[in-house]
Amino acid sequence: MLTYIGRRVVLAIFTVWAISVLAFAIIQLPPGDYVTSYIAQMATTGSVVTEEEAQNLRIQYGLGQPIYVQYYKWVKQIAQGNFGTSMEWRRPVTEVIGERLWLTIVVSVAALILTWTLALPIGIYSAVRQYSVGDYLATCVGFIGLAVPNFLLALVLLYLGFVLFNAHIGGLFSVEFQDAPWSAARAWDLLKHLPLPALILGLAGTAQQIRIMRANLLDELRKPYVVTARSKGLPEARVIVKYPVRVALNPFASTIGYTLPYIVSGSIIVSLVLGLPTVGPLLLKALIAQDMFLAGTIVLLLGVMTVIGTLVSDILLVWIDPRIRLEET
Amino acid sequence: MAADAKDQRIFVASQWQLMWWRFRRHKVAVASGLVVIGFYLAVLGADFLAYSDPNASEAQRSLMPPQRVYWLDGWRFSPHVYAVKGARDPQTFRRVYRADPDRKIPIRFFAEGFEYRLLGLIPTTRHLIGVDGGLDAGKTIFVLGTDVQGRDLWSRLMYSTRISLTIGLFGVTLSLVLGVVLGGFSGFYGGIADTLIQRVIEILRSIPTIPLWMGLAAALPRDWSILQVYFAITIIISLLGWTELARVVRGRFLSLREEDFVVSARLVGCSQMRTIFVHMVPSFMSHIIAATTLALPAMIISETALSFLGLGLRPPAMSWGVLLQQAQNVQTVAISPWLMIPAVPVIVAVMAFNFLGDGLRDAADPYGR
Repeated sequence: MLTYIGRRVVLAIFTVWAISVLAFAIIQLPPGDYVTSYIAQMATTGSVVTEEEAQNLRIQYGLGQPIYVQYYKWVKQIAQGNFGTSMEWRRPVTEVIGERLWLTIVVSVAALILTWTLALPIGIYSAVRQYSVGDYLATCVGFIGLAVPNFLLALVLLYLGFVLFNAHIGGLFSVEFQDAPWSAARAWDLLKHLPLPALILGLAGTAQQIRIMRANLLDELRKPYVVTARSKGLPEARVIVKYPVRVALNPFASTIGYTLPYIVSGSIIVSLVLGLPTVGPLLLKALIAQDMFLAGTIVLLLGVMTVIGTLVSDILLVWIDPRIRLEET
Repeated sequence: MAADAKDQRIFVASQWQLMWWRFRRHKVAVASGLVVIGFYLAVLGADFLAYSDPNASEAQRSLMPPQRVYWLDGWRFSPHVYAVKGARDPQTFRRVYRADPDRKIPIRFFAEGFEYRLLGLIPTTRHLIGVDGGLDAGKTIFVLGTDVQGRDLWSRLMYSTRISLTIGLFGVTLSLVLGVVLGGFSGFYGGIADTLIQRVIEILRSIPTIPLWMGLAAALPRDWSILQVYFAITIIISLLGWTELARVVRGRFLSLREEDFVVSARLVGCSQMRTIFVHMVPSFMSHIIAATTLALPAMIISETALSFLGLGLRPPAMSWGVLLQQAQNVQTVAISPWLMIPAVPVIVAVMAFNFLGDGLRDAADPYGR
């Protein structure tokens, strides 16, 4: 078990490294360097940067040095908690991102929890009552969930909310709580706004999980031990929940690692449509303004967050599934 | 006897024939296949199906709602629409349009319109439908309404289909090449290469893709031509999209590697290339086709999402995502809901590809259950 977790941790470290390289590439990719963009930025506000100042800036950021040295410097700064400065906002990147990262995590985790709490019972129901009306309904909803890109779903729901109830259903806070400091009332307000984005984000994952759970459980239900349990007179609910569901749960749990990146990924674009104060809109703005330190940092943080989430889910999986525990020792 | 004859037919049938029989049983997949064919016919004949120049803008007809088509004139079959008069609402300053039932505009089939080359070869001016008046604003049709710049949504949609569906095709081809080469390498040789490639796949799959795509797409130079951006986007999408295909290919290689026919091919001295491409690949071709079909919808959605954000293809290029960009704002959509219409082909195409892929995957293994 320890070797398994150890391997996962090593892989996670490699993933973080890969993400950092990609994030750095995103920072480096646009033509020109930080200083040229900075000069252009200053020029729009009317101030002029002298050649000497530019040269100093270049030295300060180590821009003349080979790329790997720059990467090393960047990573070193990050390790010290310095993510660079956002050109557009003229403030440290961490300050600009602020609570948005936490809200992204809250929304993603809510979507993940919703995915599970919906997919598990519906999947079990679909398998136990195969070909019933409910099963067909679940399959149908499942296909819609898979086929409709979540940002379009968000758009349609937003439109319906606007036309039918004349209400703006987006956002994560009511107007009065938007910039308020954290309080119990604000947290409650957040909780009230959470279900819709969570549902939109989780629908595709839910659809997939229902299908996986249904298929697994169907396979399991055909096995002789289930018949034995039933013939011994166990109540039906126990026959199903006690063993087959537990066995079917494992492949189900192993897909969670791929669900989280998917949800985080979707949250970016859904946030834009619904106007959620997550890092999504910030990332888009940063990219359009070529505010590369901000954009790179967001990509990096999102990636790292996902890796940690996946790692936690992997460890949970070991805990649920004794087979992995025994196999890997 | 009848049953025997049927059995006989099955015994002598080729593998592809078995697959076809099995695929035919899956009615939804067959129907989806037809829908997909329809989509690609629209790709080929976009200029024929469009009836007005997709780039012809006209401030006088901005945000015109879809016109209702009347099929009968009295009892005679004579499709027509009513002429529309635009005026500005003095209170809200929005343009409002009122149909004028006295002025009928007949719809002509195979009518004359703007000039184009059919299939890129034959110069012609014929379009599926059209009106007599040509481009005169008061005398034209807008089946699906117009956008902010007064461009015909139907015609734009036809041209968008071309880009949206081919970008998926190119993207998937590129992913396929990457997936088959890397997955094949991984599955055929095993060992360190396999471990390495598998780890790379795992790493790629645990990274949220959209932020990365956004970052890469935003880094494309602003002055690139439509074609350059098109290919760059294709490459960006497929760079992260090949993992699933590689996984399928590797799995197939692993299961085939020890099969008798592969071992004997190797024993009689076939070169490795020959073993792979002559003996192994044909036997899992069908699986690859199925996996490719299932990978297409993801490509289509990715392109749509990127263009929707304004980071993918940029106007004047047209794709479903570019058209949907105008529907980004809920206020706009509430006033002009027809701007959301480009979402319909996205959903239909994604669903059709999914069902078709499902059917193909089931059919790919005709000896299974």
